[in-house]
Amino acid sequence: MTAVTEAWAEGERVAQGAAGAPLVSTGSVGDFISLLKPRVMSLVVFTALVGMLVAPGTVNPVVGAIALLAIAVGAGASGCLNMWWDADIDAVMARTRNRPIPAGRITRPEALTFGMTLACGAVFVLGIATNWFAAAFLAFTIFFYAVIYSVWLKRSTPQNIVIGGAAGAFPPMIGEAVVTGSVSFDGFVLFLIIFLWTPPHFWALALVKSQDYARAGVPMLPNVAGQAATRLQILLYTLVLVPVATIPVWRAAGGPVYAAVAALGGAGMLWLAFSLWRDGGDRDSLNAHGVRTAWRLFGFSILYLFMLFAALLVEHVFGWSTFGAMFAGGRLW
Amino acid sequence: MVTGNSIVNGHDDDRDAKSVSLTPEERRRQRMRNIAIGVTLGALFVLFYILTIARLGSNVFNRPL
Repeated sequence: MTAVTEAWAEGERVAQGAAGAPLVSTGSVGDFISLLKPRVMSLVVFTALVGMLVAPGTVNPVVGAIALLAIAVGAGASGCLNMWWDADIDAVMARTRNRPIPAGRITRPEALTFGMTLACGAVFVLGIATNWFAAAFLAFTIFFYAVIYSVWLKRSTPQNIVIGGAAGAFPPMIGEAVVTGSVSFDGFVLFLIIFLWTPPHFWALALVKSQDYARAGVPMLPNVAGQAATRLQILLYTLVLVPVATIPVWRAAGGPVYAAVAALGGAGMLWLAFSLWRDGGDRDSLNAHGVRTAWRLFGFSILYLFMLFAALLVEHVFGWSTFGAMFAGGRLW
Repeated sequence: MVTGNSIVNGHDDDRDAKSVSLTPEERRRQRMRNIAIGVTLGALFVLFYILTIARLGSNVFNRPL
């Protein structure tokens, strides 16, 4: 060991000892799995799979499955690195204080090592299994979430989840890159849908949990700009999101099922966002209707996004996207 | 807490102790982690094998003699 390494190791030992951290890991396998944020992983796998199916081309199913696994592990690595960095915030928020690091079951250096190992492994496997463009895209996504969002934006700007939301929106484009080695306009539209969906979704939660975020010192929009301004922003983003979510219909990527989901789900999103903006409360607080509607919008937005992508998935598996093809055959686009 | 020449995990009373003693629960978790790492390494071995076969495909027969 060099002098520098020894000094660093001693520093880590003293820092951990001072914090009362265990000298040997006490985390269970389940704790390490929970560092990967499995629910977020499942959403990433789902949207990446749709990106692969919508892509103009085919991929060997075995290679496709391995690519999905690599993307899932890459997403898990992002979540792990996020928890490594945000352990101090997680410790003061009710929603997150039982996570393995703030609860003391896994140390921060362990989480950092685990996350970096998985990130490097996922990028390498995706590169050798498919192509290096997709691998580079996955690497950039992990970097964007762990560094641009977690380290930089989250604690410094109320636009944190707007820009940081891009990280969660990249997987469909990575899925397309796996198949074609590039990204098309259709892949970009799928990115845009998730990107525009993120602010209304997270701000609905932030409205209700604003005190939690304030205690943690995270500058979420309701704490910085006020509740009324946040409700207006939710409505404005929803007004852009709903028409954008219909683009796959005009581009032949979506069929009748997708069109129905985009229309009905979009109407539901618009109604909830409008109701929250108009009757949700005053400038600085939510009323009872506002709290109820914010929770409904939060829950419904998950269903909306899931249904949009599920519709694309079903149509491409069964070859039903002919309605879109009818419009995209030169008549409307 | 120092026990003989070892210290109990999570206590830093004696940093010069030669070993760390684990509770039965901590030992069980350590064993499970070791098994998980072993299974993961085995799964990676299988994954690279399958990937190689899938990437080669029928091309393995398509070569000049």
